[in-house]
Amino acid sequence: MIVRSSQSDVFSRRKTAVILFFIIIGVIFLIRLYYIQMIDHRYKIYASSNVQRVITDYAARGLIYDRNGELLVYNEPYYDLMVIPRQVSNIDTLEFISLLGITREQFENRIQAATRYSRFKASVFERQISKDTYAYLQEKLFRFPGFYVQPRTLRKYPYAMAAHLFGYVGEAGPSVIENDPYYRPGDYIGISGIEKHYEEILRGHKGTRIVLVDALNRDIGPFQDGRYDTLAVTGTDLYTSLDYKLQLYGERLMQNKRGSIVAIEPSSGEILALITSPGYDPNLLVGRIRSQNYRNLQADTLKPLFNRALMANYPPGSVFKVANFLVGLQEGGINNHSRYSCPGFYRSGGITVRCRSHPQPVNVLSAIQYSCNTFSCIQFRNTLELPRFGSMQEALTTWRNHLMSMGFGRRFNSDLPYELSGLLGSADYYDRIYGTRGWRALTVISLAIGQGEIGTTPLQLANLAVTVANRGYYYTPHIVKAIETPDNLNPEFLERHYTTIDSVHFEIMAEAMYETVEAGTGRFSRIPDIPFGGKTGTVQNPHGENHSAFIAFAPFDNPKIAISVIVENAGGGAAWAAPISSLMIEKYLTREVKRAWFEQRILDAEF
Amino acid sequence: MGTQSDFFKKLDKTTILTYLCLVVIGWISIYAAEINDHHESIFDFSQSYGKQFVWILTAIVLGVIILSIDVKIFPTFAYLIYGVGIISLIAVLLFGTTVNASKSWFHIAGVAIQPAEFVKYATALALARIIYDNKSRVRDFKSLLKPAAIVALPVLMIFLQNDAGTALVFAAFVTVFYREGFISGWLLILGIAAVFLFVLTLLMNEFYVIGGLTALFLISTIFLRKKPSVIKQLFLVLIVINAYVYVVDYVYDEVLQPHQKMRIAVLIDENIDLRGAGYNLHQSKIAIGSGGLWGKGFLEGTQTKFSFVPEQGTDFIFCTIGEEWGFAGSFVLISLFVFLMVRIILLAERQRSVFSRIFGYSLASVLFFHFLVNIGMTIGLVPVIGIPLPFISYGGSSLWAFTIFLFTFLKLDSKRMELL
Ligand SMILES: [Zn+2]
Repeated sequence: MIVRSSQSDVFSRRKTAVILFFIIIGVIFLIRLYYIQMIDHRYKIYASSNVQRVITDYAARGLIYDRNGELLVYNEPYYDLMVIPRQVSNIDTLEFISLLGITREQFENRIQAATRYSRFKASVFERQISKDTYAYLQEKLFRFPGFYVQPRTLRKYPYAMAAHLFGYVGEAGPSVIENDPYYRPGDYIGISGIEKHYEEILRGHKGTRIVLVDALNRDIGPFQDGRYDTLAVTGTDLYTSLDYKLQLYGERLMQNKRGSIVAIEPSSGEILALITSPGYDPNLLVGRIRSQNYRNLQADTLKPLFNRALMANYPPGSVFKVANFLVGLQEGGINNHSRYSCPGFYRSGGITVRCRSHPQPVNVLSAIQYSCNTFSCIQFRNTLELPRFGSMQEALTTWRNHLMSMGFGRRFNSDLPYELSGLLGSADYYDRIYGTRGWRALTVISLAIGQGEIGTTPLQLANLAVTVANRGYYYTPHIVKAIETPDNLNPEFLERHYTTIDSVHFEIMAEAMYETVEAGTGRFSRIPDIPFGGKTGTVQNPHGENHSAFIAFAPFDNPKIAISVIVENAGGGAAWAAPISSLMIEKYLTREVKRAWFEQRILDAEF
Repeated sequence: MGTQSDFFKKLDKTTILTYLCLVVIGWISIYAAEINDHHESIFDFSQSYGKQFVWILTAIVLGVIILSIDVKIFPTFAYLIYGVGIISLIAVLLFGTTVNASKSWFHIAGVAIQPAEFVKYATALALARIIYDNKSRVRDFKSLLKPAAIVALPVLMIFLQNDAGTALVFAAFVTVFYREGFISGWLLILGIAAVFLFVLTLLMNEFYVIGGLTALFLISTIFLRKKPSVIKQLFLVLIVINAYVYVVDYVYDEVLQPHQKMRIAVLIDENIDLRGAGYNLHQSKIAIGSGGLWGKGFLEGTQTKFSFVPEQGTDFIFCTIGEEWGFAGSFVLISLFVFLMVRIILLAERQRSVFSRIFGYSLASVLFFHFLVNIGMTIGLVPVIGIPLPFISYGGSSLWAFTIFLFTFLKLDSKRMELL
């Protein structure tokens, strides 16, 4: 190979031109840069009005109405003071902290906390600033770059009622944010009640805007004509089935008492009122006062946060005789003509169940009318010992299945918050305790009068009243009647659920419940001109005074309301639960209560 | 061992150091440009800055491999490498994916590769080889044909990919032709003057340019009245230039596509088309201009975050440097680049082999062209043409290709005393 050395290269001087050209271009660039970075100040001004701010437009949550269009839950605007740490510059800290009434240390801490979250994104600096501070800040904000005011809304309840039903709204927690990309820190989410169950409908859709902010911290319009903006969509309104006047009235009747009222429209399953007492003012669990108030409510020994109407698990007592008799009639343990005499107690195999004195002999009708324990025990035992059943297990399972078809021992899976299933003693359960052959009808005889291994929620008892009112079927009890329009409703709510009992037997029970109110244990609670059916109950309470219980439907023909009432530690059903039911019925059907003394007695009572 | 330390001694450490400075500046700048809340670590491999770190490490490994292989490989396989490059260009035309309207990418195992970046290197090898092989020292138009064809072939194919920016880079090889004596300095000046006049014509009304030139001619006739033959020649030149100006104006109005026209138009008046082509340039200048002397500081830029400046990590990466490090930072970066390019020219000149010298000139010229166009466009001196800033912009293909390019030259340089 030939070596060609550069020394001999005739064009080697051309390197100078090339190098010179490189350097000249470099110098031209530097001159140009010197000009735009050091001389021309336009770019600095442009840049300062080129500050982007991503603003979240929080959608107002959907409103909540009662069944007649009365507004029950709405939104009230408030303002959060936001900060974007990287945009904070040259602010008069002293003035700023005195404006907000915070210390310098608090200021530093909050800025640090916001920076830890994100330097580029907004954090809440001060939550729910007062109206005065807001007005003042609006004028001064231009002097505090990096800060701006974010409008938000909070729930507001014109009537301090139905707190458990509505539930409450709070900031989405870390686990929610991790699992659902919609939620960002600072977003609100329904945490319980209707707010939780209908969250996706109520929340709407938040929007984001990118706005440009100038050097004076003023909004100077959308970034790139709003190309990246999304519009906020307001949440959808809900119409609940509540009758707010009935709800308010029920809460008033239950004041100073513990217990619950559940009122349902039998022809639809719509809940007219759902009272749990003691309750609380839903306005307490809103905004920045929420956590403190929540702690107070949690610490309250009366457990106001506990939703008795859906979660309390009472033995139903005598009201359960209605359900038991229906099973007896269906299976043939008793019939229309069965008659027994009651000596004031039921005694068999060393077990005694006491009854009270009442006219003799008793049949199906009068046994309900006078709530006869003897007849109840006989019919229950007859039913379980029917020769048709090969075993106690089979007999009890049949009994249990009938009851489950009426809604006992299971959840309705409705739109209600935290509903519990109650308890129904099962063959398995008794097998475990007594052994497969160790138990007979007598062992479980307390079930006959609604005591023992049985627990029902007030909602389930109200549903029993619904089922009798309908003579054999019910609709899933639900609280929302329409989502903006009625056809959006869960179709499941429009479906009839038939029980496994023939409707003729329901006719008998309806008749018996009518007699109970006309001339039986519930006669003190009759309403002039409104014939209705009901059943009293006294729930034995080993821990104290008995609970007073009552179920009813009214009017007798074409019922408009079915109800269950439980007053804890109040004694007999006839004394307290029945009158409360009676007042609720009167209030709902006639819109006013005429029996002032009768009402006053309830209002004055305290348990 | 002796030979190894000897080899290391002969390696140009200054260039390697400059190279390392540039890639680290690039990596930090990509991080500053694209950092976001959810991924605040510079080593987050789901983000461009994390990926760039991987690209840098692998590029350095590639560089070491290049340094350790036999230097004879490069001239020997120059044509083969060039052939592979051309085939890859054909393949990408047939099977490639389209990004930003250019069908110039392969997607292999989730990694996007742009063959055109590597073809610059292959072309430099083939060009060096073909001129080296031309044993006669004749430098006429005929002898230029083959080298010119070597450059023209990939240009044509890259144009077919609709990637005019990358194709334009091959104009850099003109420097090689100049240095090797294929074209005269006058021709080069003429070329530059043509481009300059082109822009001038667009800057002003073409009649002002023609009028100005004619006035210039008339003034010169007064000084040259004793030499009528020169006047005659000048008159001819004037006619040609005026015709050129007129043609330029015609081409601009009738031939260029609207988006191409706009890229030139915004250079003249950045306030036109602020929502389209002018927007990018305007925002780019705001970002750099607002940097001042010392810049806003690392991660403190307000313009290059979010979406004011487009392509912040790739083509407009210089904006982040200008904004966050100011004139001081810009000065350092431009100095580093000029230093690197001048150094490569000086190294090229000390080569005993024509092959190495031509290769070195190719490297310096391609680097220079990228530098000129990329930084020029961000500060409004050159139309917006999307080509990366070598060693700085985000992207594996570009970084790998330039690293191979540079380290091949360093290898050649380290063996400059040996026969090739
Ligand atoms: Zn009796």
